[in-house]
Amino acid sequence: MSSAAPLIRARGLTKRFGAFTAVDGIDFDVAKGEAFGFLGPNGAGKTSTMRMIGCTSPISDGQLEILGLDPVRDGPRIRSRLGVVPQEGNLDNELTVRENLIIYGRYFGLPRDECARRADELLEFVQLADRGKDLVEPLSGGMKRRLTIARSLINEPDLILLDEPTTGLDPQARHLLWDRLYRLKQRGVTLVLTTHYMDEAEQLCDRLVVMDKARIVAAGSPQQLIDRYSSREVAEFRFAPGIQETLDGQLAGLAERIERLPDRVLLYADDGEAVVIAARDKGIHPETVLVRRSTLEDVFLRLTGRSLID
Amino acid sequence: MAAITRPAPQPAAARWPAMARVVEHRALQYRRTFRASIFGSFVQPVLFLAAMGIGLGSYVDRAGGGLLGDLSYLQFLAPGLLAAAVMQTGSFEAMFPILGGLQWNRTFHAMYATPIRPRDIALGNFAWITIRLLMVGTSFAVVIAAFGAVRQPAALLLAVPVAVLTGLAFAIPIAAFSATQRRPDGFSTIFRFGLTPLFLFSGTFFPITNLPELIRPIAWLSPLWHGVDLSRAILLGTVADAPLLAIAHLAVLGALIVIGALVAFRTVAARLERG
Ligand SMILES: Nc1ncnc2c1ncn2[C@@H]1O[C@H](COP(=O)(O)OP(=O)(O)O)[C@@H](O)[C@H]1O
Ligand SMILES: [Mg+2]
Repeated sequence: MSSAAPLIRARGLTKRFGAFTAVDGIDFDVAKGEAFGFLGPNGAGKTSTMRMIGCTSPISDGQLEILGLDPVRDGPRIRSRLGVVPQEGNLDNELTVRENLIIYGRYFGLPRDECARRADELLEFVQLADRGKDLVEPLSGGMKRRLTIARSLINEPDLILLDEPTTGLDPQARHLLWDRLYRLKQRGVTLVLTTHYMDEAEQLCDRLVVMDKARIVAAGSPQQLIDRYSSREVAEFRFAPGIQETLDGQLAGLAERIERLPDRVLLYADDGEAVVIAARDKGIHPETVLVRRSTLEDVFLRLTGRSLID
Repeated sequence: MAAITRPAPQPAAARWPAMARVVEHRALQYRRTFRASIFGSFVQPVLFLAAMGIGLGSYVDRAGGGLLGDLSYLQFLAPGLLAAAVMQTGSFEAMFPILGGLQWNRTFHAMYATPIRPRDIALGNFAWITIRLLMVGTSFAVVIAAFGAVRQPAALLLAVPVAVLTGLAFAIPIAAFSATQRRPDGFSTIFRFGLTPLFLFSGTFFPITNLPELIRPIAWLSPLWHGVDLSRAILLGTVADAPLLAIAHLAVLGALIVIGALVAFRTVAARLERG
């Protein structure tokens, strides 16, 4: 395998459950050292894709190559080089924090003393060194996630798969987790993650694909996607109830593109402030006005007509 | 992470170690309940042998007028209880821990994300259940010997493995079933309509020749009867009287184990792949 070969290569990758198609012929490559994301709402097919990459769910159709190997033939060999943080927690509540790491290292066939050494190092890394002897159950959601990340690193993997690493966590816990993932990225570890948070995708991903209804609808770096599918800025207008519907004709022409959401109107333009002034000149007076930069949320709205989180 | 050179695990050669890791995990979990469990595995046989063997036994021996020949009821009962106790433990171990690993704790899914394969997970659990059954069977045998409920204590060395086989003949097919379940509701049905009737009517407490003739063939279908009958033949030293029967017993238990394992490989793999 040459150094330029992708760590993951998927062509027409498909997952069916009976008659239902959860992943519908997607193509993507993940290069060594990059942080690659799947951004999409619930049910888009992110977990199904991750499980195929993790070699725990057989592909239904298409091609998939991981670390230059075939998941069907070399599943255990590929898995020995992966670190997996699944969406659904599967820490062992009957064991302590440290035991969870050690036994997991044993699954990879590592010697016991090596497992213990790495466990202590990793507990330090995820800031759980003082909880090593505690059972897993009383840990907070954020701590459990950090422990799961530590566990995924015990075999010093070439590739880490993180399925919604911060879903359900409070902002502080999310930031701590992002910081740890960022450090891993700095060390050159290849990360593949899924998320339905656009801020997470923007923070962590060098490159991402936007998934919706089992398909990839766009691909690129966060900035490329924003440049391609949105304007530089967005003006958000909120109106008193009933007013928004009466304004249709007047808003037209104020911006490059207008999205009407149930509770607000989004006006896309390179200069958001100019839109606000132009609207005021036309005698339009929203209750609140917000000018902000475009985000991946706007990209998703543009591509699918829906919000990421609803 | 520092780049390390790691030996690429060779799947074919790694079969045994991978399965051993699964056993290691179960043993690590077991450490927490070890004391209570060992204590229980002595208390239960003491209670059963005292109540049924001595309490009920003295009544049977007096009233029976030599129905059992020169055999005491305690001696008749002990092998049956041994096989039945191991059956109970085996069935239990094949229910909640399997459902737990696949549904509640999801620890088997965690293993499956490593080089360990579904088949290793199934085999590792069977190996662990075998170890547990050896523990339960051995402590039961020690109690039997202490009660003097066997003529030749050395025969226990053979009766315990037979009891373990009996336990596995239940545990492995039940594990195959457990891997298809999402809730434990089916387990109480197995206990109520399966294990409890078998416990009572498989020759454990009285010879199946005492059953109405119409019902008797049903006892032959009971895996427990095969285990009880063989254990009893071993402890009473009568195997040589009917060697073919002993072989038939072993064949039935072995078939249940092998077929159960083949089905379990499929159901465990299907469940792990479904997520
Ligand atoms: N094991 C399964 N059996 C049947 N349907 C499934 C299974 N796993 C996922 N699905 C369905 O596939 C679709 C995609 O699910 P998933 O990959 O979990 O999406 P995401 O992770 O993006 O939320 C959903 O409609 C889900 O209900
Ligand atoms: Mg998901």
